[in-house]
Amino acid sequence: MARLNIVDAINLALHQEMERDERVVVLGEDVGRNGGVFRVTVGLLEKFGENRVIDTPLAESGIVGTAIGMAVYGLRPVAELQFMGFLYPAFDQLISHAARIRTRSRGRFHCPLVVRMPYGGGIKAPEHHSESTEAILAHTPGLKVVIPSTPYDAKGLLISAIRDPDPVIFLEPKKVYRAIKEEVPEEEYTIPLGQAKILREGGHLSLFSWGAMVPPSLKAATLAQKEGIEVEVIDIRSIYPFDIDTIINSVQKTGRAIVVHEAARTCGFGAELVAQINEKAMLYLQAPVERITGFDTVFPLLKAEEYYLPNENQIIKEIKKVMTF
Amino acid sequence: MLSLLGKYDPLKGEMAQILDKDGRIVNPDLEPKLSNDDLKTLYRFMVLSRVADDKALKLQRQGRFGTYAPVRGQEAAEVGSAYALPRSDWMFPTFREMAAMVVKGMPLESVFLYWMGNELGNAAPEGVNIFPISIPVGTQPLHAVGAAWAAKIKGDDVATLVYFGDGGTSEGDFHEAMNFAGVFQAPTVFFCQNNQYAISIPRARQTAAKTLAQKAIAYGFAGVQVDGNDVLAVYAITKEAIAKAHAGGGPTFIEAYTYRLSHHTTSDDATRYRTKEEVAFWEERDPIKRFQVYLQGKGLWADDYEKGLLDEVTQLVDKATDKAENWPAPSPEDVFKYTYAEMPWTLKEQLAKLLETLG
Repeated sequence: MARLNIVDAINLALHQEMERDERVVVLGEDVGRNGGVFRVTVGLLEKFGENRVIDTPLAESGIVGTAIGMAVYGLRPVAELQFMGFLYPAFDQLISHAARIRTRSRGRFHCPLVVRMPYGGGIKAPEHHSESTEAILAHTPGLKVVIPSTPYDAKGLLISAIRDPDPVIFLEPKKVYRAIKEEVPEEEYTIPLGQAKILREGGHLSLFSWGAMVPPSLKAATLAQKEGIEVEVIDIRSIYPFDIDTIINSVQKTGRAIVVHEAARTCGFGAELVAQINEKAMLYLQAPVERITGFDTVFPLLKAEEYYLPNENQIIKEIKKVMTF
Repeated sequence: MLSLLGKYDPLKGEMAQILDKDGRIVNPDLEPKLSNDDLKTLYRFMVLSRVADDKALKLQRQGRFGTYAPVRGQEAAEVGSAYALPRSDWMFPTFREMAAMVVKGMPLESVFLYWMGNELGNAAPEGVNIFPISIPVGTQPLHAVGAAWAAKIKGDDVATLVYFGDGGTSEGDFHEAMNFAGVFQAPTVFFCQNNQYAISIPRARQTAAKTLAQKAIAYGFAGVQVDGNDVLAVYAITKEAIAKAHAGGGPTFIEAYTYRLSHHTTSDDATRYRTKEEVAFWEERDPIKRFQVYLQGKGLWADDYEKGLLDEVTQLVDKATDKAENWPAPSPEDVFKYTYAEMPWTLKEQLAKLLETLG
């Protein structure tokens, strides 16, 4: 077993799935010769050739739209969009077509498509490079939305996404692309979509987060423990479908919950979690479910980035507030 | 071969035509070698389309149909192009391609069922390679390019043909599709039905270019303008473009120059933006009348033949109407069960709630 970061783990998963299934093709801007701007697709072109690792013209809608045609025809395209901030030209294709083709053809056709993209802030990138708009995607019936936060999960979830018969949006938290290294098995394995992961057990408060917000959540839990607060940290991993059982079981146990995400607050995915907890665990609650989120503002340029992104200090403060409600 | 596609320069406004508006052969050397049976089949499909169209409008006015987008006037463009498409090739239609879809093997009752509001009508039967119709304008050429490109990657001898209108050429996705097709030499035929209007917006408001066909030049492949009301020319040009795609020659753009004789849809009133004189000008260029004269000249058409044909297709259309109207209504489960391969818990929960509400 090798110690890999998220970039390496995704790269390994792509190599292995392309090896296993010749229907898997990778397409996008700079994915071939350049190996991707984050080097996620390094080595694929050399190994699988130009027919299966395709440098495309610079056109997001074109990439996703043609990938839909490929997927319905019988390939398993894995499209890369360079940054989530450049996803929007492809929204029409995703929302109007990829997500609906199974319904519109009454199951005659389906769209086994993966669209990968780095998302989120925290790397002092230029404007439009720090978006975190997973809630818009989760709001679209017919799409699945997956966000790994660790190398192990990144590999297992991507393999599941590629084998999934429906379109999956695979969001890669670029702030932690290379920040975490862990043991990742060489052999292939899958992690079912729709399952959350309990990273740390605790009986006092449930802390839900995903992507790059998982590390500060874990740090805050460690700090809280020093003050005698046992925080249960749960990585949601699949934004849609999401793991309601793990979420509700945890809240029923702790009676207190906080959701942490870096996306804007209003209609962020945290709002859905709060609503679900209210519907399904109201009588267990000892405090209002709180949210720690980005703001309903444009993501600021790098000098002001730290104001926007939730951090462990904010999280620990909120934990104490909820505990003393 | 490949003579037709290079023969007409869209920059000079040259247009392929075999039959003039009065059904006279103006280009005898281009006349496709079609058997009498083929010629009669082309005619039958055009008449079937006209009769089905009229029926659909009537049903809509009686409240038995939802909104419908009539084909009237574009029968030659649709039938001629679809007839040139081999069974194993794929078609990507828009909402106005009833005639083309029926030629390709879509049951008429399915088309009717769809416009009556049952999604099941959008599903082509197994073995009939038709994508669900695209409502968002100009988005589907990308799918045709992707499918053609996939076929090429897999080594399948398959080409794709995508329909869209003059309005569709203004959409960004049209540009991206043309561009991808050129770069990857995708075996795709872009079939533009320039029917002169996108609802009320005339063709001149879509582009300052003299022709739509000339746009292909900028993407590095052939574009040709064809008289879209001349079924023989449409057939000949499309056949060649398809053959070229199969032979590894890459994409072709065909601009079928035609006219929408009816409203955009049943919700539209075309008299608000077009003159009677303009419509009359195009009525004289009716694609069916023109082909009828041609067939008559060949001894393949007579009054009694027409009467027999009308009886036959009217019966067929009535039967399709009956079948579609008597189709069982969709169940509440039908709304949910095709969203994903497996229904996630969220949908199960919502379906249960709906069933509870329905009692």
